[in-house]
Amino acid sequence: MDEEDLSEFGIAPKAIVTTDDFASKTKDRLQEKARQLAAAAAPIPGAMLLDDLITPAKLSVGFELLRKMGWKEGQGVGPRVKRRPRRQKPDPGVKIYGCALPPRGSEGSEDEDDDYLPDNVTFAPKDVTPVDFTPKDNVHGLAYKGLDPHQALFGTPGEHLNFLGGGSEGASNLLGNVGLSKGRKLGISGQAFGVGALEEEDDDIYATETLSKYDTVLKDEEPGDGLYGWTAPRQYRNQKEPERDLRYIGKILDGFSLASKPLSSKKLYPPPQLPRDYRPVHYFRPVVPATSENSHLLQVLSESSGKAGQDPGTYSRHQLNASKRGQLLGETPIQGSATSVLEFLSQKDRERIKEMKQVSDLKAAQAKARSLAQNAASSRLQSSTPDLGHCSQHPTLGSWSAATRASNFKPFAKDPEKQRRYEEFLAHMKEGQKDALERCLDPSMTEWERGREREEFARAAQLYVSSHVTLSSRFTHAKEEDDSDQVEVPRDQENDINDKQSAVKMKMFGKLTRDTFEWHPDKLLCKRFNVPDPYPGSTLVGLPRVKRDKYSVFNFLTLPEPTSLPTKPVSSEKGQQQHGSDKSRKLSRWDTSKLERKEDSISEFLSLARSKVGPPKQESSPLVNKEEERVPESLSDKTVDKGAASQPEGEGSRPSMDLFKAIFASSSDGKSSSSEEEQDDSENDQEGTEEANFQSSQEVAMVESAVTHTAEPVPCEPAAPFPIQKIQIDEREEFGPRLPPVFCPNTRQKLETPQREKHKKNKEKHKMKKEHRRKREKKKKHKKHKHKSKQKNKKPEKSSSESSDSSDSRSDEEETADLSPRELLRRLKCFPLRKQ
Amino acid sequence: MAFPEPRPQAPELPQKLLKTLDCGQGAVRAVRFNVDGNYCLTCGSDKTLKLWNPLRGTLLRTYSGHGYEVLDAASSIDNSSLCSGGGDKTVVLWDVASGQVVRKFRGHAGKVNTVQFNEEATVILSGSIDSSIRCWDCRSRKPEPVQKLEEARDGISSVKVSDHEILAGSVDGRVRRYDLRMGQLFSDYIGSPITCTCFSRDGQCTLVSSLDSTLRLLDKDTGELLGEYTGHKNQQYKLDCCLNERDTHVISCSENGKVFFWDLVEGALVLALPVGSSVVQSLAYHPTEPCLLTAMGGSIQCWREEKEGGAG
Repeated sequence: MDEEDLSEFGIAPKAIVTTDDFASKTKDRLQEKARQLAAAAAPIPGAMLLDDLITPAKLSVGFELLRKMGWKEGQGVGPRVKRRPRRQKPDPGVKIYGCALPPRGSEGSEDEDDDYLPDNVTFAPKDVTPVDFTPKDNVHGLAYKGLDPHQALFGTPGEHLNFLGGGSEGASNLLGNVGLSKGRKLGISGQAFGVGALEEEDDDIYATETLSKYDTVLKDEEPGDGLYGWTAPRQYRNQKEPERDLRYIGKILDGFSLASKPLSSKKLYPPPQLPRDYRPVHYFRPVVPATSENSHLLQVLSESSGKAGQDPGTYSRHQLNASKRGQLLGETPIQGSATSVLEFLSQKDRERIKEMKQVSDLKAAQAKARSLAQNAASSRLQSSTPDLGHCSQHPTLGSWSAATRASNFKPFAKDPEKQRRYEEFLAHMKEGQKDALERCLDPSMTEWERGREREEFARAAQLYVSSHVTLSSRFTHAKEEDDSDQVEVPRDQENDINDKQSAVKMKMFGKLTRDTFEWHPDKLLCKRFNVPDPYPGSTLVGLPRVKRDKYSVFNFLTLPEPTSLPTKPVSSEKGQQQHGSDKSRKLSRWDTSKLERKEDSISEFLSLARSKVGPPKQESSPLVNKEEERVPESLSDKTVDKGAASQPEGEGSRPSMDLFKAIFASSSDGKSSSSEEEQDDSENDQEGTEEANFQSSQEVAMVESAVTHTAEPVPCEPAAPFPIQKIQIDEREEFGPRLPPVFCPNTRQKLETPQREKHKKNKEKHKMKKEHRRKREKKKKHKKHKHKSKQKNKKPEKSSSESSDSSDSRSDEEETADLSPRELLRRLKCFPLRKQ
Repeated sequence: MAFPEPRPQAPELPQKLLKTLDCGQGAVRAVRFNVDGNYCLTCGSDKTLKLWNPLRGTLLRTYSGHGYEVLDAASSIDNSSLCSGGGDKTVVLWDVASGQVVRKFRGHAGKVNTVQFNEEATVILSGSIDSSIRCWDCRSRKPEPVQKLEEARDGISSVKVSDHEILAGSVDGRVRRYDLRMGQLFSDYIGSPITCTCFSRDGQCTLVSSLDSTLRLLDKDTGELLGEYTGHKNQQYKLDCCLNERDTHVISCSENGKVFFWDLVEGALVLALPVGSSVVQSLAYHPTEPCLLTAMGGSIQCWREEKEGGAG
């Protein structure tokens, strides 16, 4: 291999060059043409050759930017368009005067192809030849073009260009290059020589000879006589179009065609003639509803306006309706439906309303008077145009309550029939019926009467609204109904724990401890897990839910939970002697501190009561944290599982006692002695279960921590800050198993967990900690406590298997037992809160 | 002529302390292997998450962005992202390489005890003390979880995921298994607050540890008790348990500073590995090799089998 082979054009080129695909030199036809044209016009014919030879090594920044934005050479710039870009067609050499003809012939077939393209396919816009803004640097006239050198010198400019441009140009010339086609006349032509006044520059028919002029597709015969076919002369082919276009001068947009039928012209009506005495200012007559207070005013007004108004004495002919006329004639009114909404109310309600009315009438009268003054003008404005007015009133009317309306506002009190209709109207309004007016108007009335009454009603209703709104605007509706009687509960419930606990005790895991539910995973979750949706049809997510009565008798008459039964008596028994400790017994570590809770015993009671005292809580003092979780559980357990049928019998009789205890345990010092016995009984068997329970039930964990609060007896002054500190810790109590303590001396969170397990075996760790000395003192004291308590801790029924700390705590608890919680609290309050 | 099948060798238990790493991030709340067991994650109480090579003892990266201590972490199957949950009630999706927070999922009402990726790392499941499990979609930009599993009545202490199941242990003493393929929820009552649950590697059993110092091996399909393992101490802390790489032994942390190994079938205590004097907070077992990571205090320990590289 010699050097040549390794060169760029050799068989094994060493240099890496851009392939043709990526080279910037890919020629685009338009540009090429523009350049050729420019070259042709240039004084030196071969100038463009230089341009080809000297190409920039690098693309311009603009090119690169455009490319990065997705542009490709040969495309235009701009948003993508729906239509397929037209094939680059050369300008037809023919000059068309007047409006352009719609594309026809061979192009037409292409357009039809376009129609089959889907709508969502877009194309890059077609490139446009840049406008050449060459500055005019000569003194010739505008648009002056000198002698064309090709034509002048060579006569056949096409050849010349082909010679210059090289072989690649051939194809494009054949297809596109207009001005360069061969059949050009020889000789000198051009504007430099001008066109004679009598001469006409005629069309160069040969100039339009391009391939695109020919049909490339087979298609149907031309409609018509088929004499000529597609080779027909242009005049013949486009015969029809000109006719049609004759009528319309202007541009027909793409995609539009001329209408075949002319638009029917709109008929214009002249405005009505005004009466001669018409004054364009309207005087509004003040309108005052006929009530007892303002009847005088009304009378004066009506007299001043020259109208009889509603004064019963001066009925005009027009104001009498059928029933009124009947009345005058002494007929008995037809017994229809109840005349007033009040009729539907019970006697008691009616009396109450009457009382209210008397009171409110006074107030309302004042309020009305005031609001009348404000609103009269505006309301009258509206009511003066009754049709508009009553349409606009519909929405506002809908919001009042019928009862109050009926009771304290009776604009047509003097005419019971009318008043009845009015109330009916309001009632309809309230229900949101559109035809409220039409329905309640007396069908026997004349059209004129109806119109009048409609107006009156609307006006009256609006007047009332205005005063009513001022009052009601101060109140808002409740956002959510808190008294809905139904709650959504899961359809299936994990059934009660008792059986399960015993099963666990017997280690009979399996069917006894297992609950299976239908569970609907979210569709997306299934997708993400690559699992087919098990319930393809359902829109449900999670457990199926059903609606249950929230307040059901059966919520109260529930069977007790054995877990609670045993513990309850214990607590009450203890409560006898040591009052405070019963609570601590079953407190969970997840609770907030007991002391804290004691302060809001009322709220706790309330919450208990509200929650229907689901389980006679093991935790006689409510778990502030846990409660919400607990209650629904117990509630649902009972209501759902056991259902209505099983409730009354069996254990149904038991809960009452526990329930009351649960409610009152915290406050009651004296237990009835009768209950004590059975408590003792139950305690005995409880101790048995307790042991197991203790391990297994979830309350176990609670005990420990709960005990830690109460375990601190706070006997004397110096130890005081300790419990306070604890409370603060407990406020941000954690749920669930704790995190192990931190031992590293340099950890930041001293407060976190470690303090909580004060009397846990790991005492060393505290020393490691950078705690204050005071704390260490406390600890020592604490240890003393512990020792003491350990000696005491000889409760027979406590099995040794129990955790040391729980027994610890138990003994602690006993020690503190003689301090009543109140006392504890009091002491606590005396101590200044110190920083932890 | 066919040779008789070689007797399966008794599994080696990791009892040789290979390395102790002081993580320098406060208490190590959890230590987790990545999917292939080459790296591990430690969750610190100083709000950081650290990525280590436990065998070499090199710290690879520290991820900080949590607002409170980090309680659990998991790595995705492709090792490209991590997720973690912590006391700041958020679940964070991390980019492993850059150490940046990719997404922060907020919504839990309490601290997030446990996080898991699903098999393809398209969903993060997080269990929180607010008693809900939330499924966060890593693919979309939705801030809401795909689904909330709120059946538990108390905090969720442990969540594990298989290809079509979600296993959750709750403080309310139940282990719930959500089977997406069957569209069913199986709830097994254990009684005592659950601290940790896990699937066996063959996917047939679930191991449950609870605060009554007992581990139970349950049949996944029926919920029957297959084995019970006691002897360790776990009464107050959220401690981890797991099975070894061949499902032959059950391993659990203990509050008395040891790690307990039981034979899975016999239920006999095989080994009580002394780690230190305080609580072994967390452990992680290598997915394929007898290698154990334990966390105590502010450091983690790496344990290997006795005869490393030997014939056995």
